[in-house]
Amino acid sequence: MADFTSSFWNWYIIIPTVAGIIACFLLIRWLSTAIKPEDQTKTMGHVWDEDLEELNNPLPRWWLNMFYITLFFGIGYLVLYPGLGSFSGMLGWTSLGQYQEEMDKADSKYGPLFSKYAAMDIIDVADDAEARRMGERLFVNYCATCHGSDARGARGFPNLRDNVWQYGGDPATIEQTILNGRSGVMPSWQEALGGEAGVADMTEYVFSLSGRKADAEAVQRGQEKYEMLCVACHGPDGTGNQALGAPNLTDNVWLYGGSRKRVMESIAIGRNGVMPSNREFLGEDKVHLLAAYVYSLSTGQESETE
Amino acid sequence: MTDQQTYNYKVVRQFSIMTIVWGIVGMLVGVLIAAQLAWPVLNFDIPWLTFGRLRPLHTNAVIFAFGGSALFATSYYVVQRTCHARLFSDGLAAFTFWGWQVIIVAAAITLPLGITTSKEYAELEWPIDILIALVWVAYAVVFFGTIIKRKIPHIYVANWFFGAFIITVAILHIFNSAAVPISLFKSYSAYAGVQDAMVQWWYGHNAVGFFLTAGFLGMMYYFVPKQAGRPVYSYRLSVVHFWALIFTYIWAGPHHLHYTALPDWAQSLGMIMSLILLAPSWGGMINGIMTLSGAWEKLRTDPVLRLLIVSISFYGMSTFEGPMMSIKTVNALSHYTDWTIGHVHSGALGWVALISMGSLYYLIPRLFDRELYSLKLVEVHFWTAAIGIVLYIASMWVAGIMQGLMWRATNADGTLTYSFVESVQAMHPYYIVRFLGGAFFLFGALVMAWNIWKTIAGAKPAVGSIPAPAAAH
Repeated sequence: MADFTSSFWNWYIIIPTVAGIIACFLLIRWLSTAIKPEDQTKTMGHVWDEDLEELNNPLPRWWLNMFYITLFFGIGYLVLYPGLGSFSGMLGWTSLGQYQEEMDKADSKYGPLFSKYAAMDIIDVADDAEARRMGERLFVNYCATCHGSDARGARGFPNLRDNVWQYGGDPATIEQTILNGRSGVMPSWQEALGGEAGVADMTEYVFSLSGRKADAEAVQRGQEKYEMLCVACHGPDGTGNQALGAPNLTDNVWLYGGSRKRVMESIAIGRNGVMPSNREFLGEDKVHLLAAYVYSLSTGQESETE
Repeated sequence: MTDQQTYNYKVVRQFSIMTIVWGIVGMLVGVLIAAQLAWPVLNFDIPWLTFGRLRPLHTNAVIFAFGGSALFATSYYVVQRTCHARLFSDGLAAFTFWGWQVIIVAAAITLPLGITTSKEYAELEWPIDILIALVWVAYAVVFFGTIIKRKIPHIYVANWFFGAFIITVAILHIFNSAAVPISLFKSYSAYAGVQDAMVQWWYGHNAVGFFLTAGFLGMMYYFVPKQAGRPVYSYRLSVVHFWALIFTYIWAGPHHLHYTALPDWAQSLGMIMSLILLAPSWGGMINGIMTLSGAWEKLRTDPVLRLLIVSISFYGMSTFEGPMMSIKTVNALSHYTDWTIGHVHSGALGWVALISMGSLYYLIPRLFDRELYSLKLVEVHFWTAAIGIVLYIASMWVAGIMQGLMWRATNADGTLTYSFVESVQAMHPYYIVRFLGGAFFLFGALVMAWNIWKTIAGAKPAVGSIPAPAAAH
């Protein structure tokens, strides 16, 4: 009943369905009467467009049988499975039930393979070649879409092999990141910096932090504003703050691209980086394995076995 | 001779010629996007030329520009000839021609610009949708007005199918396109969530059922008996399969939404009605092919008749494949794979395109009072088209089933064996074969265009005088 706001809709489904199937039956019964042999070569007697005529051959037997079979199959299916409005069918089947059943079966079959590692320390899991292979298989299906099959990331999506971490690279933090997700917000600064010129000055200063070539006067002007507006998150020395996910600006690693255009864009309009939460989706045991795999990418454990 | 003593061939000629023009445009875009899937560099990093924007342009061009023009041309011709009456209104008929061309041009501009409702096969935005509704109502007035004027009491079977197609497409288009505009180029659907999905696929599958099936069956019922010179095989079969077909098709939409948020009861009804649809569909195939009984030898010598009959065979094949794919357990494998694309093209290339082309080979010489320039070239067209279709659908069967199997393969630990991108990589050779199939088919269409050009170049339009209805006997 849950699908319908009133029993009217229930009957609105049932009546046309049943009536329609019955009508199909009657239609083919009515027109499958025998035709006298002498009538079989005669046309219907109408002529259109000078020479268009119609014979009236009987319905082919095999075709009629096929029609009946599909009609009977349809009726049988509607008795056994949901179809006639809120009647749920004699088998009690639902797609949700089928999904639950298959998931339960999978959990009981595969769950122990993963829970075996759940109690182990992530560093130990990362040392286990089989566990890493399982982690990698999860990674290529669930993480590679953003972080790439090689885990080297893409613009806006962190490289997981370079040992540069927005939120910290110790095993427990990696696991937290995967379990709960992250939301990295860089606000828009165009207005606060006094328009495009201010953004350009700040870009020069940010370049100077990682030792890139920069215009000295602009760096000077940028630094003054940096100390007012940016220190809170990126720190006085520009090394960032992993508790906030504020990137280190001195390492010449650029999450959103390091060209002048991209850096200006980051400062002017801000950025919103989202890592989704996987606690509900993958469950804690699988996330544990994934954390171990990601951890191994930056420690070189992976290459030892290859 | 007054107007009322002749048929309106002008609008038929206009639509016939545009059928060929839009067919080539639509197929060319199809071949380009097929190539883009095999060689992504062909997207050229130009937004207007990317697959995502050209794909709806391809589908709209082949379904509505090519298929639509073919339906207008043939239905206007057939309804006049089988009613022995001139079209109800020359003015409205001209409005449908120019209106339809404006719609097509508007689609060709807006879709590459990324202006879309994002509803499949109904991508055009609301101002164009309104124009479609107006043209369609005018079409209905012209068609049924002509039926009313008929000089023969019985309505010929082809007109039942054209009539059902016109009425149902009007209803489908108006209800599915209902939307709330927020600007000239953007609107939001009047329906939300799963209701929106259900309305969309009620429309979507009946675009197949009525636009691409019922309408083209109308074509079959006129041009096959005409070209074969034989009476239609069975009147009662046409009655049964007409009523069963139009009743059943309208339910089939939910099979596009198996294993989704759509309630189970709706999925079940979609599946069983799709299965029941097999017999009514095959009724049309039997009636078309068996019309040749007593004249089978003509297939050897008449390539136009061969195009028509092979198209009916593809119709039978696709309408067997469709019900099979609507069975939930089969659909669990086939859904979202290239098998669906192969299925659609065995219908679109094999059935819709070939029956249209066969009909045009019959029609155009008669509209210009000329003999067809070359039957040899029709022969060439037939074989290149046939090879193209086989390459296309065979490669997509293999590709689709492989995709489905790769997506569901699991390792001993229950994780998926293949990442998505590995399944994409595995498609590469099949995408190349598909591109070749499309290129063959397009080449066939170009041969046809040349043949038709040579047929009508310099010809004067034929005057179709209306003969007196033959006495019943």
